[in-house]
Amino acid sequence: MASIDHESYYVPDSSSLAVFTAVSSGLLIGGFAAGLNGMTFGEGGSVGWTVSVVGLVLFLAALFTWFRTTIVENRAGMASAQLKHSYVLGIQWFIFSEVCFFVVFFGTLFYVRNLAGPWLGGEGTKLGDTQALWGGFQYAWPMQFTPQEIIGVNNQVPANNGIFVGAKELMHWNGIPLINTILLLTSSVTVHFAHSALKAGKKAGFNLWLAITLILGFAFVGFQALEYHEAYAELGLTLESGIYGSTFFILTGFHGFHVCMGATMLTVQWLRSMMKGDFTADDHFGFEASSWYWHFVDVVWVGLFLFVYIF
Amino acid sequence: MSEHHGPAKGIKRWLFATNHKDIGTMYLWFSFAMFFVGGFFAMVIRAELFQPGLQLVDPQFFNQMTTMHGLVMVFGAIMPAFVGLANWMIPMMIGAPDMALPRMNNLSFWLLPVAVTLLISTFFMEGGAPAFGWTFYAPLSTTYAPPSTTFFIFAVHILGASSIMGSINILATIINLRAPGMTYMKMPMFVWTWAITAFLLIAAMPVLAGAVTMMLMDIHFGTSFFSAAGGGDPVLFQHVFWFFGHPEVYIIILPAFGVISEIIPTFSRKPLFGYSSMVYATASIAFLSFIVWAHHMYTTGMPLAGELYFMYATMLIAIPTGVKVFNWIATMFGGALTFEAPMLFSVATVFLFSLGGFTGLMLAIAPIDFAYQESYFVVAHFHYTMVAGAIFSMTAAVYYWLPKWTGRMYNETLAKTQFWIAFVGFNLTFFPQHFVGLAGMPRRTPDYALQFADFNMMSSIGSFIYGFAQLFLLYIIIQTIRSGKENADEKTWEGANGLEWTLASPAPFHTFSTPPTVK
Ligand code: HEM
Ligand SMILES: [Cu+2]
Repeated sequence: MASIDHESYYVPDSSSLAVFTAVSSGLLIGGFAAGLNGMTFGEGGSVGWTVSVVGLVLFLAALFTWFRTTIVENRAGMASAQLKHSYVLGIQWFIFSEVCFFVVFFGTLFYVRNLAGPWLGGEGTKLGDTQALWGGFQYAWPMQFTPQEIIGVNNQVPANNGIFVGAKELMHWNGIPLINTILLLTSSVTVHFAHSALKAGKKAGFNLWLAITLILGFAFVGFQALEYHEAYAELGLTLESGIYGSTFFILTGFHGFHVCMGATMLTVQWLRSMMKGDFTADDHFGFEASSWYWHFVDVVWVGLFLFVYIF
Repeated sequence: MSEHHGPAKGIKRWLFATNHKDIGTMYLWFSFAMFFVGGFFAMVIRAELFQPGLQLVDPQFFNQMTTMHGLVMVFGAIMPAFVGLANWMIPMMIGAPDMALPRMNNLSFWLLPVAVTLLISTFFMEGGAPAFGWTFYAPLSTTYAPPSTTFFIFAVHILGASSIMGSINILATIINLRAPGMTYMKMPMFVWTWAITAFLLIAAMPVLAGAVTMMLMDIHFGTSFFSAAGGGDPVLFQHVFWFFGHPEVYIIILPAFGVISEIIPTFSRKPLFGYSSMVYATASIAFLSFIVWAHHMYTTGMPLAGELYFMYATMLIAIPTGVKVFNWIATMFGGALTFEAPMLFSVATVFLFSLGGFTGLMLAIAPIDFAYQESYFVVAHFHYTMVAGAIFSMTAAVYYWLPKWTGRMYNETLAKTQFWIAFVGFNLTFFPQHFVGLAGMPRRTPDYALQFADFNMMSSIGSFIYGFAQLFLLYIIIQTIRSGKENADEKTWEGANGLEWTLASPAPFHTFSTPPTVK
């Protein structure tokens, strides 16, 4: 992207895309909030969900139109090298912000496991204060018995809420998680093969490798769903199983959500290539961005596999 | 294609804007409006505190006021104001035709009214608006929170999305759209500070998103991140919040530093002293801001080693901050100084922000903070940094660039008067708060002991004066736009340097369609 062509810089015409996106996301999210409140506090839920679904449809329509517009513009040759480089920077910084988002939850896991948990078990206190509140609680990870279970709900200080019952059984790393690790790592390689094929101008190879990547990606999602089902149905591992369940589901849940996003992005690229013949050896930003995203999701999974499942 | 056309007509110009100047204008007006909303809440607070005892509002509503005041000011007023400045000025300062991603730029803006609507709507809900303080510590914000908290959480998510997109845009613009010859070390300081701020935003806003997401899960889905009963920890909330929160205060102040680094050289008729040290100081502040967060948590409970580490690390920030202050002073030293309104506000910023920095150093000393925390001393500290630091320099920026934006000159006498009213009002409001704080008056309270009455009355009077100064500012701006003296000079200020001063006033709708060459 070295040849920066200033003269042909493209300032788009005024556009209704953004307002449409903003308003629809407002409906989506505001409705969602009302729905949640209905669920938890028992008022006005159904209206909320309806608004939210309408918002979601409009939001997706807005995104679809937006991406369509950029793709059409690119096909028409309106995107200069400089603009394309801006896109590259945009997606790179976006992925960086996503990394920071995951850092929070990994940090949470680290903090709970290495600091808060042991303190709760009485470590390091000179006055025995946590033991005064949670007498008899012993810390171990994974935390199978919550402090509440140890002392009994009725004996906890009133400031605490909820019922937290630890999992009956623990999650193992060598079943589904291992399969999923293999799936996702392989898919990172295949998406790289797709990229190489594209850069070598081999469109057939590109389509094939990308298809394989998609199959691997969706298989991952399927296994993840299966794993959640097992966690709830057999292990008794739920969102309510104390901090172990909380950290487990927030990390794997957000990761799974990102896998779905990445897989959707790659699917779109695959459809573009198959149906419209998009992408050439030197013009394939949409694919490239999606593949970066995919690698990022993959790296996060490695962290998950190590720190959530194995250690 | 829009290379040579003018703005669209009517409301569409604003709704469908892709032009950085139009979007910048919307940001600026939006933030100014929010400034008045947050200001109104502040007036309610100060009116209640005018005398001891409960007079006007009940305590629960008082807490809603302090909470919403903080949130609206930080997320609705200060941050969008500087993004507005960035939108207007960065392309013109680096010789770019527009922002790098113009349509996303519009989205970043229009998400703000959506978020603020969600936030303000909480006032009309069962149980009232959030009342747990702008720092929304768990379990106040989870177990004890009103149902409207869900809307607050999503408002924060949307604000975060807006900030992240805005920052990505700013970084892409700075990295990719500089005119030939505009090397990084030739960029105006304002552009530099924004580059670093944008980086901070992209790194810190997701952390805030993570914090509110965990709150959401605790409220609605039975998780126990912030509940010890399930093995979590309420203190975890504070760690996550301040891991965002401390970078956030530098997000607020760095662009302000950038502004005064533009203005002081202009009115000193000298180049900025120590340009490269300014750049490095800004970068080190940004780095340090990520490793000092728990200085807000000295009294929450931390191992001794933690207290010591955070104390020393925090005090380190005084070094790069001191470099900046000394550089501004050295810039003025021996210069041909004149004190037009932008310069008055800038000098006041340097002076008053330094006071806020000193009280920050006091608070950074852990054993001393044990006595000062949650007192009015903290309130005084952060208003000296955020109001005298950020808002004063924002006002300076408005006066400084208003002629460029509108092609009209504001009335200097009125502006100077406005400065003195603001200056007196501000100090009358917040200086006494140091004393009541040291004497033990807690913050976030609608009532107080009798011995604090005099200083509080002074504070309240000062705050009304300061509030009036803002209405006066609004008047001056409107008067300038409607009937200010036409000023078509490219260079409004004789000492000014930089590409924006090579353009006509008001700056044409499209600028630098062909880039200038910077030598
Ligand atoms: C020399 C630089 C600074 C130092 C050493 C410093 C130090 C501190 C410390 C130790 C506290 C905690 C006080 C307590 O809660 O007991 C504090 C609070 C605060 N500071 Fe600073 N600070 C500095 C600059 C700033 C700047 C530049 C801003 C914003 C523009 C800022 C905004 C705040 C705010 C908002 C709080 C209160 C947060 C709350 O509890 O609501 N500070 N500062
Ligand atoms: Cu801080």
